[in-house]
Amino acid sequence: MKQDHLDEISGVSTTGHEWDGIRELNNPMPRWWVYTYYATIVWALGYTVFYPAWPLVTSATQGVLGYSSRGEVKAELASVEAERSAHTAALANKSVSEILADDTLRQTAIQSGAAAFKVNCVQCHGSGAAGGAGYPNLNDDDWLWGGKPEQIEYTIAHGIRSAGDADTHQSEMPAFSDILDREQIASVAAFVVSLSGTPKNSGLVKKGRTVFAESCAACHGNDARGNQELGAPDLADAIWLKTHGEAGIVAQIKAPKHGMMPAWGARLGDTAVKELTVFVHSLGGGQVVRGSLFPPGEKREITRVARPA
Amino acid sequence: MALLDKHSLIERNATLLLVGSLIVVSIGCIVQIAPLFYLENTIEKVEGMRPYSPLELAGRNIYVREGCYVCHSQMIRPFRDEVERYGHYSLAAESMYDHSFQWGSKRTGPDLARVGDRYSNEWHVQHLIEPRDVVPESVMPSYSFLKETPLAVDLVAMNLKANRAVGVPYSDEMIDNAAADIRAQADPNADTSGVEARYPKAKLGDFDGNPQALTEMDALVAYLQMLGTLVDFKTYDETAGER
Amino acid sequence: MTHGRSIIGTGLSAFLALLGAGFAADHLFASHMWVLFFVLLCATIALMRTSSFGPSPKVDPNAFMDGPIRYGVVATMFWGVVGFLVGVVVALQLAYPDLNIEPWFNFGRTRPLHTSAVIFAFCGNALIATSFYIVQRTCRARLFGGDLAWFVFWGYNLFIVMATTGYLLGITQSREYAEPEWYVDLFLTVVWVCYLVVFLGTILKRKEPHIYVANWFYLAFIITIAMLHVVNNLAVPVSFLGVKSYSAFSGVQDALTQWWYGHNAVGFFLTTSFLGMMYYFIPKQANRPVYSYRLSIIHFWSLIFLYIWAGPHHLHYTALPDWAQTLGMVFSIMLWMPSWGGMINGLMTLSGVWDKIRTDPIIRMMVMALAFYGMATFEGPMMSIKSVNSLSHYTDWTIGHVHSGALGWNGMITFGALYYLTPKLWGRERLYSMRMVNWHFWLATLGIVVYAAVMWVAGIQQGLMWREYDSQGFLVYSFAETVAAMFPYYVVRAIGGGLYLTGALIMAFNLTMTILGYQRDETAIPGLAAVPQPAE
Ligand code: HEC
Ligand code: HEC
Ligand code: HEC
Ligand code: HEM
Ligand code: HEM
Ligand SMILES: [Ca+2]
Ligand SMILES: [Ca+2]
Ligand SMILES: [Cu+2]
Repeated sequence: MKQDHLDEISGVSTTGHEWDGIRELNNPMPRWWVYTYYATIVWALGYTVFYPAWPLVTSATQGVLGYSSRGEVKAELASVEAERSAHTAALANKSVSEILADDTLRQTAIQSGAAAFKVNCVQCHGSGAAGGAGYPNLNDDDWLWGGKPEQIEYTIAHGIRSAGDADTHQSEMPAFSDILDREQIASVAAFVVSLSGTPKNSGLVKKGRTVFAESCAACHGNDARGNQELGAPDLADAIWLKTHGEAGIVAQIKAPKHGMMPAWGARLGDTAVKELTVFVHSLGGGQVVRGSLFPPGEKREITRVARPA
Repeated sequence: MALLDKHSLIERNATLLLVGSLIVVSIGCIVQIAPLFYLENTIEKVEGMRPYSPLELAGRNIYVREGCYVCHSQMIRPFRDEVERYGHYSLAAESMYDHSFQWGSKRTGPDLARVGDRYSNEWHVQHLIEPRDVVPESVMPSYSFLKETPLAVDLVAMNLKANRAVGVPYSDEMIDNAAADIRAQADPNADTSGVEARYPKAKLGDFDGNPQALTEMDALVAYLQMLGTLVDFKTYDETAGER
Repeated sequence: MTHGRSIIGTGLSAFLALLGAGFAADHLFASHMWVLFFVLLCATIALMRTSSFGPSPKVDPNAFMDGPIRYGVVATMFWGVVGFLVGVVVALQLAYPDLNIEPWFNFGRTRPLHTSAVIFAFCGNALIATSFYIVQRTCRARLFGGDLAWFVFWGYNLFIVMATTGYLLGITQSREYAEPEWYVDLFLTVVWVCYLVVFLGTILKRKEPHIYVANWFYLAFIITIAMLHVVNNLAVPVSFLGVKSYSAFSGVQDALTQWWYGHNAVGFFLTTSFLGMMYYFIPKQANRPVYSYRLSIIHFWSLIFLYIWAGPHHLHYTALPDWAQTLGMVFSIMLWMPSWGGMINGLMTLSGVWDKIRTDPIIRMMVMALAFYGMATFEGPMMSIKSVNSLSHYTDWTIGHVHSGALGWNGMITFGALYYLTPKLWGRERLYSMRMVNWHFWLATLGIVVYAAVMWVAGIQQGLMWREYDSQGFLVYSFAETVAAMFPYYVVRAIGGGLYLTGALIMAFNLTMTILGYQRDETAIPGLAAVPQPAE
């Protein structure tokens, strides 16, 4: 049924059929194409001999290499752990203060702490650990729950108001909207504002001082310098965790917001918590170890206000 | 090539071409997909997996509706960096009640398979309302409307039933209590002993910062907060899971 | 009366939509049914206005049925511009998140809008139109089924409208490239079966003894997509008057089913079918015989056999068992040569007339399409190698790969086909402007190169940053830092997309002017015959 038909340009015969003017040449398949195709097939079938591949009745072939992707990562993690074991063993037996005292240990702990911080903490405390509204700045020396190494360690391990941890820091400022009247709240807010240097109506401030002594001093202290046992912030240093200006303070008094920080001890393990502690400690209290850890162009400003004398 | 000459038979018979193609494309499907349903080691043996609570399920539906999967994976691969960044690699068992699965294919944002318990409810609410308030680098869209939108609860039992129809082991008791459970889980003053018994490890209390209202934000945050928290890895046999 | 049955059909459907809106179980279903009601109402009114009493005009049973094809060409052009525009918008949203408008235009909803608009609306309309054109010419038979071809065209476009408005409302199954919910899926199944009937029926009616190779590819595409669509969308709805459904499968089985579908949506919707397109338009435009009949046979059967197996390369290192990953990888590697078979057969068809690449911008477009096809099908097998995929997966590298295939191969070959078809279908002597085709070519090429190159760099950088360790073996970057690092790339990508969109707008103008019957007064491109094809 084939009619001979020769393509003039190439000199190759066609199959003899024609569809809407289109014909097909009888060219052979390019050799290199055929051989490359064969090569991929040989390679592919060979590969399935070495690796898990063909599903059978109760399980798949396992491959002669005994490979498994989960086995591989297990081996890799084990070797990383072995590599780090000297370092981790050294940290495991030492308290945070001891680590801080040893310069080499301290340096390596800072480095690993910085890595853990980037993975777990920056979402709340910011890329530069400078915090944000409701999330404390960890660069300054203003501490809610204490800035001593052991205190920081405790905070990180057990979190703050973290439901899953029995030993978490607990304490909540009560809502005063039902306890104090409107005027009392206004006056105590004026008093609090005046503490960090903004001059206010002195009558109101005086009244506020009394309200403060009666209602607030129990937690924030007679001098309003806070109480780290209770996580009650220092109200005299112009460093605000969540409030903005007087209106914010009023809102906080009426219906306080309670920050929550997850407990990391169970999730990350004791050693990681120590490393994080050393890292965080090295940020605060004036010894800021930044530079190489946080490249320039940080987006959050570090507010550092001198304490009033 | 004699074999190729036979091809003209197929070229002249449309039915042959149709059936031939159908057979050729079916082989791969059968060899690859069918074994996943019968090989027993496909899904690891683990403790702790349970169906989603009604509130979590509602949150998951919002996650799907908003297309979070286009930016977020829920599948931690067995690599050192992913395990260190996100936690234990994901198991097949962990998505056994996921109709559809949410493994994702692109990480514009981080993996969420174990985001549960990592942040506070308040953080999630703040982040969903305006991501750049808490993470200045973020390119995630804002979802502030979720906090204003009351959660639709009238179809909750039917949702559980549809899940049961596709194999999720919801009991009659779970379905009967669904409407009550969805409210109780997000209500700080409710009696939650039923929810806790039916859905162990469920997170309780107000999620969106507004205890008066049950909103879509409550549901979504409840879902996010349980992600990756169910399986007890202490009782999981790693070696048995290699397959 | 003309359109009598259609008027009754659309009118009745509009009424049903109204009932659906009234009795909806959830407000999303109600909104979606209102959308459907208005679309169908407009359709009914339009039909009534164009309807006339008296006997329908007699159709010549031997003449080709080109009406739906003309509509298809316009729809392709329209959806192309829409899809690319949405592409540029989503690209900008990733660079400037303030462009998200919650809730309807948040990235999570606009991205599926983009993928469906380009794949299903732009590519899909192009495929339906070209397949109807080609099957009639190469079979010398009028489309089978009378007005069924019209139903296929309008039904398919109604599916697109329902799918895309659904995404913006928040109606999705979260299955990539299969996002529409159960009721839209069911409707598409009906349309698709009709498509198969029209196409296969025409082949059965053919006056040529042999079935032309382009039609093998189209046929394999239609039936495989039918199979994939039905299996992947198996789901149980919560209520027959509600949007929500739950997939029949879960977890790991669901993942493999979905990526078996997703990969073969690429393999059959964006590859096999487009090879069919290529096998007609390149020989026609070049006026040369197809290079090798044998190669066609071998690469056709190899391609459709191997493609089906490659799905697990989307699930490397996931909780999918290792054995399935291995199969996905090795079959992807074997897929390399069958894919290149199509490229070789297309390119070598030009042997003897290579100078046309210089003189004919339409040929150049088609050749560029094959070049990008070759590139994407080389890159694809490479990305299927597990160690490569461990870096590329989840990153913008995948996005770069997608778009070198999509913009380069699917886009360019479609543009070529549209330029070929428009003068023929409207009986014009030539295109409005050949120089504009040239402009389109260069803008599109530049756009693709910018897009792909930038995403390649972005993806690799992203992948490396995620796994970068310092000298002590600790992770260097927080996730947020890797997000910030992508900003410049996202901006440049949007510019690349903008170039591509500009090219498409020029095409839309050019084709519209051609349809309207204008010819631009311009100096001919040297070497290009003023009338490239005799009008049919
Ligand atoms: C969900 C958000 C969140 C994450 C994640 C988080 N924190 Fe916190 N963190 C807080 C909040 C909120 C506070 C303040 C709580 C309060 O109001 O008392 C806090 C307080 C602290 C404090 C106490 C500061 C002081 O002044 O006493 C330290 C130290 C700290 N975080 C370290 C870390 C470290 C280290 C990590 C990572 C392992 C981390 N945080 C992760 C939210 C978070
Ligand atoms: C039971 C202890 C307690 C009492 C009483 C108390 N507070 Fe507090 N206060 C806290 C704690 C704890 C915080 C930290 C916020 C939290 O609850 O997470 C705080 C936070 C604040 C803040 C926000 C500080 C910042 O940096 O943003 C202000 C302002 C404040 N208190 C003012 C007051 C005033 C005024 C009163 C009295 C009317 C008062 N507090 C009574 C415990 C207390
Ligand atoms: C445009 C892409 C995009 C979409 C859509 C998106 N996200 Fe995100 N998401 C991000 C990016 C980028 C980050 C990382 C920066 C940040 O924390 O905001 C992120 C971070 C997160 C995080 C913090 C994860 C962690 O471990 O730090 C959560 C939780 C989250 N997204 C939830 C969601 C939910 C829920 C949705 C849908 C309602 C969603 N995202 C939609 C891009 C997106
Ligand atoms: C102007 C041209 C285009 C631009 C600017 C553009 C832009 C984009 C963007 C920004 C994304 C999201 C990527 C991400 O999530 O990170 C995307 C995804 C996608 N686009 Fe496009 N696009 C264009 C054209 C096309 C065309 C023509 C096609 C197909 C024919 C296409 C197919 C896709 C697909 C399949 C995805 C999803 C990829 C995946 O999930 O891996 N795009 N596009
Ligand atoms: C031999 C041919 C090809 C192979 C083996 C292949 C392989 C791959 C691989 C390995 C991925 C990445 C999966 C991941 O890591 O998530 C991918 C993604 C993709 N490819 Fe290809 N590819 C091929 C050809 C093409 C062509 C021609 C197109 C045309 C448009 C294309 C479109 C896509 C799309 C849309 C995705 C994204 C899927 C998603 O994640 O949403 N591919 N491909
Ligand atoms: Ca609430
Ligand atoms: Ca669907
Ligand atoms: Cu694929």
